[in-house]
Order: sequence, then structure tokens, then C-alpha cells
Amino acid sequence: MSATRAALPPTREPDGVGERPVDRRRGSTLLRHLTFTLAAALLLVGVSYAVEPFRNFQLATVAAYLCATAGLTVLTGLNGQLSLGHGALMATGAYTVAFCQNAFADRGMTGGWLLPLSLGAAILSTVVVGAVVGVAAARLRGPYLAGVTLAVAIVVPALAVTFDGVFNGEQGLSVPVEPPPASLGLYFPYERWQLWLAGAATLLAMLLLANLIRSRFGRTFRAVRDDEVAARLAGIHVARTQVLAFVVSAATAGLGGALLAVLAQSVSPGAFSLTLSLFLLMAVVIGGLGRLAGAVWGAVLLVALPDLTHSVTELLTLSPAVAQRLEGNLPLAIFGVTLIVVMIAAPGGVQGLLSRLGRALLARLPARRS
Amino acid sequence: MDRFVFLTIDGLSRGAVYAAFALALVLIWRAARVVNFAQGAMAVAAAYVAYTVSAETGSYWLGFVVAIVAGLLLGALVDRAVMRFVDHTSPLNPVIVALGLVLLIQAVLGMVYGSEFRPAEAPFSRSALSVGGVAVLSPYDLFVFAAIGVVVSGLAWMFARTPVGLRMRAAAFAPEVSRLLGVNVGGMLTLGWALASGVGALAAMLVIPTELGLHPHAMDLVFVSAFTAAVVGGLDSPPGAVVGGLVVGLLLSYVSGYAGSDLTPLAVLVLLLAVLLVRPGGLFAPVAARRV
Amino acid sequence: MRAPQSRTEDDTTSASDLLVVRGLVAGYGAAPVLQAIDLTVPAGTIAAVVGANGAGKTTLLRALSGMIRPVAGQVLLAGEDLRGTPVEQLVRRGMAHVPEGRGVISELTVDENLRLGGLWRRDRADAGRALDEVYELFEPLARRRRHLGHQLSGGERQMLALGRALVGRPRLLLLDEPSLGLAPRVVARTMALLRQLRDQTGLTVLLVEQNVRSALAIADQGVVMSLGRVVTAAPAATLRDDVELRHAYLGF
Repeated sequence: MSATRAALPPTREPDGVGERPVDRRRGSTLLRHLTFTLAAALLLVGVSYAVEPFRNFQLATVAAYLCATAGLTVLTGLNGQLSLGHGALMATGAYTVAFCQNAFADRGMTGGWLLPLSLGAAILSTVVVGAVVGVAAARLRGPYLAGVTLAVAIVVPALAVTFDGVFNGEQGLSVPVEPPPASLGLYFPYERWQLWLAGAATLLAMLLLANLIRSRFGRTFRAVRDDEVAARLAGIHVARTQVLAFVVSAATAGLGGALLAVLAQSVSPGAFSLTLSLFLLMAVVIGGLGRLAGAVWGAVLLVALPDLTHSVTELLTLSPAVAQRLEGNLPLAIFGVTLIVVMIAAPGGVQGLLSRLGRALLARLPARRS
Repeated sequence: MDRFVFLTIDGLSRGAVYAAFALALVLIWRAARVVNFAQGAMAVAAAYVAYTVSAETGSYWLGFVVAIVAGLLLGALVDRAVMRFVDHTSPLNPVIVALGLVLLIQAVLGMVYGSEFRPAEAPFSRSALSVGGVAVLSPYDLFVFAAIGVVVSGLAWMFARTPVGLRMRAAAFAPEVSRLLGVNVGGMLTLGWALASGVGALAAMLVIPTELGLHPHAMDLVFVSAFTAAVVGGLDSPPGAVVGGLVVGLLLSYVSGYAGSDLTPLAVLVLLLAVLLVRPGGLFAPVAARRV
Repeated sequence: MRAPQSRTEDDTTSASDLLVVRGLVAGYGAAPVLQAIDLTVPAGTIAAVVGANGAGKTTLLRALSGMIRPVAGQVLLAGEDLRGTPVEQLVRRGMAHVPEGRGVISELTVDENLRLGGLWRRDRADAGRALDEVYELFEPLARRRRHLGHQLSGGERQMLALGRALVGRPRLLLLDEPSLGLAPRVVARTMALLRQLRDQTGLTVLLVEQNVRSALAIADQGVVMSLGRVVTAAPAATLRDDVELRHAYLGF
């Protein structure tokens, strides 16, 4: 959050002194995004004080997932590339954070700047992996791309077991994270601090993504998605655009994975299975392909639905074994059915339905006035 | 050398299964232009049905037959109840729906049967018979070769020689013209899904006893290997799928025999990427183009 | 199983009219392409539908064979209403549609393409006879039985598409632009063949053509379409001689 605030003052100037209309519009878009981010940040701080620690932790998890779903939204929704491998990219980020934090802890280094450094390293390593996969992906289409990324999603977590000397196998690694700074007070709840951390990082990422989508790059992403040949004829370098989209998407997924690792203070291959990759895709589809707001819905759903099924199974009186089976699998079944139903009935997703509703209301309002 | 012979036979036996599974993928791809990412989950579901039947009746063979019938029905059901309603204008849509099916089927299996590995029995001994002191073939390997040989040649005969095979090919290549010629294109599509899913169920029945056992995710890696096999052969070519399956099976067997079984998933990924980057149309693409 | 066939009693329909179209409205989106088409083709005759690009000729054929669902109107084949009949059932009613670009399935061999045309028939012996007849009729096809569709020349594809329709022994043949992209000599041969089939087997043909001269040369009836309507329907000879009409709609 501090980062977003720091970024605010200088950007005001171009809006005020904008000479050409183009500049002013651009400035106002940026301003709008900044205002929105600031409002979200304030809201988040307010909420972090209002709700109990467990909810804080859940919201922090939503924020971490949001990074990944937003990245996937950019890739699949805006650029038309389907990735089933974002779970693996999250794993890359998560393991990098684990390595960095462990290295810092082993050397006895402390300080508030270490965690951002680790997160930066996580993003960097995912960018590298994303660039490699992205270069391959740019040459592939439709089902081929889906197949390759599916293979990535299945194979990469298995690597943790293959090279268990480095990754410590199924057990995984622990991620040492420092307590909240002393300046916040002795009794500052740890979960609130987690939410602040995750929220700040995610809001910054969302701000950057929102601006990217509105920029020239966002337009080329969409152009390539809609018609590659037309985009090429319009002078867009298709392959480069696709790699860029993949890298951006990978970076946010890496950040999301890193945040998850920081929140859980551990990382293991089981957390980044194929199921997670499918979950992310489902979240993006249900939220509404191609809309950042849809990614928010998807991330919320990822956390809320298992929680909800947990409470439902608790209400039913079941034998422990049955309850355990149900609890583990009911969310999956619901996700699966929702994915199919949404794809068939409402390809726009939740956000699509909402915007349609909103447009319908707006259309009615001026009609009434006149 | 003995080890090499053993690994080769083992690889061909595995490869035969991949070939069948890849063939099932190719069948649906040719008929509907959909890569059925749910095929692994569907095949596991059929195998679970067989497991239940075998456990109830004590007969492996009854379970075996039921698995294939269940596979056929499940394929038809998926086409009629789900895929038919999917908007196919974007290739992403059917893929996403298939993934939804994966989640759903695996979750239902997990709810009904739990997530622990269940031992799957093999109907024949899996210890290799030795010929001249060299361990060569197990009776189970022979069974795998025979079963898959029968299915593959049966399918080949059906497509090449029978009226229904001709209809299915026509419906896949030119749906609109085929309708004008009196072909029930929707029915052929359902038949294609059913056949593919039946073949997938057979492959699952054959491969699961050689692995850790029955589990909702038992076919995940097999699917990736079979997809790789289909891509190696070129997604459009049934003979390519068979050859691709054998190639992948051999490769995995050598990798696991000489370098360690942990490395096989990585080997699949490397092969898939290598083929797609070097020859995106599959290794047999130019040959096939000349033949067609 | 066949849907019960509704026979419509209507005194304006003469028993000899094989195809009767009344008030047919059809199109692809909100705006219909065809606007209230009326058309009658007597059995054993050739009707040529002519008109400029975009007049709705191909759409008419597609609506007749059910490839697009009509919004309104009636299509009667030998007195039977075709509404609600699935496309794949129309061959069983005796209607064969050779689409524009001819629809040879290029991945199948000549023989497979031809056999496909008769697969729906229960009378297997006659389907076999029809196949032999087509091979006799189109000598070059018999020589290229095992060749794939995409290895054929344009004229051979034309023969194949036409032959494939004939294997089904249709009563009514819908032909979309048979002259498209073919040499004049091949076009002339095709047209002569249609006339020969009409005279010898009593085949009824509804022909859509850009090539007005050769179409009207063999047709009994000419139907001029413009902007989705039938402008005029008259004996082909009359149309050939009507200079004004030719100038207005046919451009020669």
C-alpha cells in the first residue's frame, strides 16, 4: 500500500497540465485506477480492523489467488492463450521465495526489505520460466497449447519429488517470515499483518495490470486474440505479443504463488497440483473471461467455496470418513459443474452477467428521465 | 543386453496402451475437433465401475466387459448431455468444458470410493517368461498386445471397410455435405465419442494393474503420455497415434530403466515440447499429407 | 422412423407438380434473404433459377433442403410438406442437393464418395446397380475409383458430385452453380447430360445458375430472382427472347 501511495503524487501533474487530449485521457485513466486502488486499500485497512483474524487470513489468501487469476485473465481472456500450467508457475514463485527466505534466515539477515526482495526474486524467476514456456506457447495453438501446459502442470510438481535433495520432496520447505514490525505495536495480530502484506502486493499488481490492459499493449493483446492474421496485417508482432502476455501473466502468477507460500509459511508440491491449475482456470472462467473484475470474483470463489462446503458438511451428521471424503471432493464437484454450466449457459461469467444487468439498468434510467 | 531386451518389451507393452489411448484421442479429435482432456478421468470412472463389479461378483472378466460397456455409455453420455451444447466457435470452450468434466468426475470418484489407492488385479501373471535365459514377455504383456491388437485392427477394419465407418469418416470430414447425403451426423459424432471412450476404458483397464493401482488421478500421467503420443503421430492420423504410442512407451521405458523412473514425467514433457517445437504437425505429418 | 407425413389438400397443386414452394421466407440473421418465394416445378422438367449475385439463389436451395430453417412458408415435395424434416431425411424423400463448390469430400476416394450417396438406401441391390450405372455414365470416374477427391480435376469433381447424387436415384435434383469454374465444353456436356437424364429417367431438376445462357438453353422453365424475390417465372424460351427482361436482370 505504501508503494501505491508513493506513486500517487507525480502522476497528478500530467493530468493537470495535459496539453493534448490524448494525454489527458491517458492521465485520467491512470488517475481513475489510482483512485480506485487507493479506495480499495483504505477499504482493506478498514476491513482488516473490523473482522476476526481468521477472516483476515482468508482475505489475504484471496489476494494471493487474485494475483494468479488476474494474470490468467490477461493471458486467456485478453490474449486467447489457454494455460493449464499456472499452478506450476505459482509453484515456481513459491519455491523461489522459500529459497530466498531460507537463505536470508541462514545468514542471520533481518530487515523489512528482505521480503520484498524475495518476492521480487520470485517474480523474476517466474518471468524466466514464463518466458521459456511463453516462447514455446507462442508457436502453439488451441489444444496443443492446452496439452503442453497441462503437461507442465503435472510434471513440475513431480520435479519436487524427483530432485528431493533440493526441494525436499513431498514434505516441501518451510518459509521463515519475520513478525510484523515493532512499530505497529506489540499485540498487532499476525493475520492482519499478512493481509496488509498480501493486499499491498496484490493491489500494486492489479494497478499495473489495469494500466497495461488500457495501454497499447492491452489493445495488441486483444487484437491478437480476436484475429491473428488481421493483427499481423496491422503491423503487430504476434509471437512477441503472445510471449509478452505470457510473461506478464507468469509474473503475476509467480507473485501469487510467492504470497501463498509467505502466508502458509511453507511450500510443498501438493499445494500446486493439477487441481490448482484447473481451479485457477475455473475461477477465471466463472468470474468472466477477459475482465479483471471477474478475476476478483474467481479468487473470492476459490476461498469461499471450500469454506462453504466445509460448513455444509459440518451441518450434516455424517461418519468422519464420509465427511472427510465429502469435504475434500464436494468443492471440486461444484467447481466442475459450475465450470460446465457457465461455459454452456453464460460464457461471460459472473462479471458478464453483472455488467449485462448494469447496462440494462443504465439503459432504463435515461429512458425514464426523458 | 538382457536388460535392453526386457526394457524394450516392457516399453512396447506400455506403448501399446498409450497407442490405444492416443487413438481414442485422435478419434474424437477427427470427429469433433475436440481434444478430450476428460478422457483420462472418464476411463478411470469406467475402471472404478469394473472394480465394483469384480469385487461384487468375484469375476475379473465380468468387470472387464462392464468397464468397456461403461466406457462406451459414458462417452455417448458426455457427447449427448454436455459437448453437444458447447459453443465450438472458440477452441477454448470445449477444452474448458472437458476440464470441468475432469474436476467433476474425479470429485465424484473421490466421494464414492475415497482417495486411497485400490489394488487392481491383473488377470495374468506379470512375471516375465524367459526364453533362453533372457526374461522376455510376461503372460500379461501378451494379453495387453492381444487386446490392443484386436481393438486397433478392429477399428481400422471398421473405418476402412464398413458402411458405418465410411459414414463416420464422411461426417467428420464434411458434416454438411454428409447430412445432404443422408448421414446422421449427430449420431456418428455420438458413436465416435462412445467408441473413443470405450477404447480409453480398455486402456485404463490394461494400464492400471501395472501402476500403483486404482485412484481418481490414476490416468493423469497416462493422459499426458498419450497426448504426447498423439502429437508425435500428428493429431489427425490414427496410424500415427499407434506409432506415437509405441515411441513414447519405448522412450519412457528406457528413461525409467537407465536413468530412474522419477525422470519419466520430465522425459514426456521434454519430448512433447521438442516435437511441438520442431515438427508441430507431428513426425508423420508430411508423409500423411502425401498419402491423403 | 419417419415422422407422419402431412398431405396438404390444395386444389392449386396439380398432381404433376413435384416441387411447390409457397411464400417461403428464410435467411441467416434478423433480416430475411428470401422474401415470400413462390415457385412450382412440374415433374420431369428442368427449372433454371437465374439472377445476379446476392439475389438469394443459393439461399433458396439451402432453404429447400432444410440447411437453413425457413421462417415462414411451405415447401411441398410431391404434395408432402417438408417442414420439420431433418436435412438427412431429405434424400429418403427423393431430394438430392449438390451444393455450391460441389461438396466432393476430398479426403475420401471416388468410390467412397459415390457409395456414400447410396448408403442410406435399404434396397442394397438397386444401390449397387445405381453405382454401376453412374460409373457407366461417367467413364473417367470408373478409371479413377481409388483416387482421392482432392486429386480430381474440376470437371471430374463435377461428375463425382453429380454422380453421387444420382446414386440415390432422386426424384428432384437441386444443383447449385454446376458451371462454376468449369471450361465451357465441360459446362455444355453437363447441361446436355441433365437434359438426357430428364428425357430418359424423368428426373426433375432445379438448377441455380450464373451462366444464364447455358442454363436457359436446356431449361423448360426460367425463374428470375432479384433481391430475394421471384421477379418472373416463364417458359425458358420466352425468357431467352425477352430482350427487356434480359437487360433488366440478366445483363445480356
